[in-house]
Amino acid sequence: MSKKTWKEIDIASIINKPGSAKDFKTGDWRSQKPVWNEDKCKQCLICWVYCPDSAITVKDEKMTGINFDYCKGCGICAVECPFKAITMVEEKK
Amino acid sequence: MPTIKELTRTGDLFTSGHRACAGCGGTIILRLLMANAGKNTVVGAATGCMEVVSTIYPYTSWDVNFVHNAFENSAATVSGIETAYRALKKKGKIKKDIKFIAYGGDGGTFDIGLQSLSGAVERGHNMLYLCYNNGAYMNTGIQRSSATPFGAHTTTSPAGSKIKGKMQQRKDLTEIMIAHDMKYVAQATPHNWSDLSNKINKALALNGPAFINVLSPCPLGWGSDPAQSIQIAKLAVETLYWPVYEYENGKYKINIKPKKPKDIEEFLFVQNRFKHLKNEKELIDKIRKHLNEKWNELLNKEKCTN
Ligand SMILES: Cc1ncc(C[n+]2csc(CCOP(=O)(O)OP(=O)(O)O)c2C)c(N)n1
Ligand code: SF4
Ligand code: SF4
Repeated sequence: MSKKTWKEIDIASIINKPGSAKDFKTGDWRSQKPVWNEDKCKQCLICWVYCPDSAITVKDEKMTGINFDYCKGCGICAVECPFKAITMVEEKK
Repeated sequence: MPTIKELTRTGDLFTSGHRACAGCGGTIILRLLMANAGKNTVVGAATGCMEVVSTIYPYTSWDVNFVHNAFENSAATVSGIETAYRALKKKGKIKKDIKFIAYGGDGGTFDIGLQSLSGAVERGHNMLYLCYNNGAYMNTGIQRSSATPFGAHTTTSPAGSKIKGKMQQRKDLTEIMIAHDMKYVAQATPHNWSDLSNKINKALALNGPAFINVLSPCPLGWGSDPAQSIQIAKLAVETLYWPVYEYENGKYKINIKPKKPKDIEEFLFVQNRFKHLKNEKELIDKIRKHLNEKWNELLNKEKCTN
């Protein structure tokens, strides 16, 4: 994003694009990576509730995967999944 | 009571791309708050981690109207917006039903924002105030607040050879809010997501002010494993460190009563902020005794009001 000078900043520094943080990717913070085993997944969506980074993707009320653009690799989903369908592995870059 | 499936339908009104630490409990709470509150909501925040990490210009994680002004006055700011809304609605200039939420960390709520919160509640504004309580001023580098528990190490209550962390008990803000004769006051944790969702919905359905104090695990400030944030919140309830209860129309209700409470050490020693207490039997006894007294007090209050 190009830098704005103070003259171009909207009054009161209003951000006119709701949810614009989606343009900022936090996936490169990861040192560990969750791996989802779809066969073990029972679609309880507990991982979706607890993921701090909204990185568990859900479509039509079903988990579809993990969005690595945002996942910070905290490991909460792996700890909380009641069916052990998520495991953490080292992130290789 | 919403199911998880129903909650996923709201879409992410608090979006990815925020800069909170990995495993931050505060962001789990905010996601849940917004999944329950829905689109027609105005949110105001006190300065603190959950404001800073979500609104770094020109980015915002908020997909609803959001306002920040200062550390001490999120309740005052939101009560002003709510008043303007009521006036405009009366004139027919706004038709929509809009919900109002103010939130702050424990520093912004228990300490510097207490007067503005108390004032807003006394005036009776139609808003929910949610405190995400991580027990210190985390965003400026872990300074003690009046919510910091006894014995915790912070940078301004450092654990040394003589003084073992903070030597005062935490303030009981939930009870202070109850003393305002509010219709709805509650304590919750993100682990009990369904209980917390219930409480958010009750608070938002109310005509008048509501207050919810939510325990917010902070891997950085608590010195805990990010992956364990939710498990630590669970332990907090199981060890009676954090009673999950509500006060509704004059009646107390303890929502979770651990059948056989776990010992407080199970909560303390998964966090480095308490590690210097390992061999301090007397201090741990003091914490245990305090928690038991508070728990019994709560049981009595429940009995007396029902
Ligand atoms: C009047 C004022 N004093 C000090 C600060 C600096 N400050 C910014 S965030 C913060 C800590 C906030 O602590 P808390 O409310 O507990 O939230 P947390 O960061 O722990 O989430 C402080 C002291 C400020 N912004 N305004
Ligand atoms: S590791 Fe953490 S950030 Fe990544 S998907 Fe799991 S809960 Fe979300
Ligand atoms: S310091 Fe604590 S409260 Fe702040 S973003 Fe990190 S984990 Fe969350």
